[in-house]
Amino acid sequence: MRVIMDYFVNLGRKVIAALEKTGRGHMLFVKMVAGFDEILRRPSLLIRQLFYIGVLSVLLISLSGFFVGMVLGLQGFYTLSQFGAEASLGVMVAASLVRELGPVVTALLFAGRAGSALTAEIGLMKATEQLSGLEMMAVNPVRRVLTPRMFGGIVSMPLLAAMFSMFGVLGGWFVGVGLLGVDDGTYWSQMQGKIDLHEDIYNGVIKSVVFGVVCTWIALFEGFDSTPTSEGLSRATTRTVVHSAFAILGLDFILTAMMFGE
Amino acid sequence: MTQSRNLEFMVGIFVAAGIVALFFLALQVSNLGTVSAGEGYNVEARFDNIGGIKVKAPVTMAGVKVGQVTGITFDKETFEAVVTLNIDGQYDQIPDDTFAKIFTAGLLGEQYIGLDAGGSDLYLEEGGRLQLTQSALVLEEVIGQFLFSKAQEGAE
Repeated sequence: MRVIMDYFVNLGRKVIAALEKTGRGHMLFVKMVAGFDEILRRPSLLIRQLFYIGVLSVLLISLSGFFVGMVLGLQGFYTLSQFGAEASLGVMVAASLVRELGPVVTALLFAGRAGSALTAEIGLMKATEQLSGLEMMAVNPVRRVLTPRMFGGIVSMPLLAAMFSMFGVLGGWFVGVGLLGVDDGTYWSQMQGKIDLHEDIYNGVIKSVVFGVVCTWIALFEGFDSTPTSEGLSRATTRTVVHSAFAILGLDFILTAMMFGE
Repeated sequence: MTQSRNLEFMVGIFVAAGIVALFFLALQVSNLGTVSAGEGYNVEARFDNIGGIKVKAPVTMAGVKVGQVTGITFDKETFEAVVTLNIDGQYDQIPDDTFAKIFTAGLLGEQYIGLDAGGSDLYLEEGGRLQLTQSALVLEEVIGQFLFSKAQEGAE
């Protein structure tokens, strides 16, 4: 009897804890967005975060994009040439990058590169009681510390995804046209004929904005909500990457179904 | 001071590069830089059967893309398909007795509308109509006709 009781107590405790955490996460999100006026008052806070979140990720994103594009060029060429359709290589590379790989891979890399750094930074600020210190000085840490990071992430993500797609298309061009001998004019003209500004590119940008919001939100919340010990910090960082990856891939499915499934 | 200027400079470069990448995608990768619908003029062609033509299918003359299909409707009185073609404004000297045919690019390729220039002195204008059309070749019908003629040969 006692065992069964314990089981239900445990179950209930876990559900309540999960609900509480979800609630704290949403409350934090609302507070971070509500702190938007802090950015208008001190733009330098946002610029600093754009540097740490965006500029420092450019090299990683551009190189990854170039390599992903080159792989798409190679794989696409070998598959398409079986049907004599090498001319469509440009379409294949551009469509897969702009619609899917650009936003998704950028977001995954972003979660690993910038997200984990944000969690560790905020978590350490909490563990060393810098956040409490700010509060003691009557400075709201959410508005002062978290909001600029949130918007830094939201602004950076679509720009990084666009760079990823651009370098990917160039990588595919380098392999397809440069190495495998697809016609240069066909590569671009087929691409321009098939890729639609609204349908493909806008939707890709919308996806990356959504991923930007979700990734930074998860990273900041995990840091802010972490147990202020070294173990808690390491767990929070891991959770950031894992939860971001799940959220990105799951949301990607939902967004794709909404945008492209008619 | 110089450090914060440096940082602002890098962020400026980052944002500019991101916007350049977006413009690159919009202009070089998508169809914005090429023939855009809306400009040019619309003409109408009626077909008995349009096969697999879809909106945005290319309209070509001598193999060069001169426009695209912008609308397909069904006329319930004549039972014909009414296809609206948007021709790029620079091709404003197409004779009004031009012949419109539906072709297939390659064996499995997409279908497109090919225009064969006529000999008239009058040119197509906005709202004009292509009188001479040839329907899409439907593979099943062709095979059916072939089998039918073979069967008749056998009967004789």
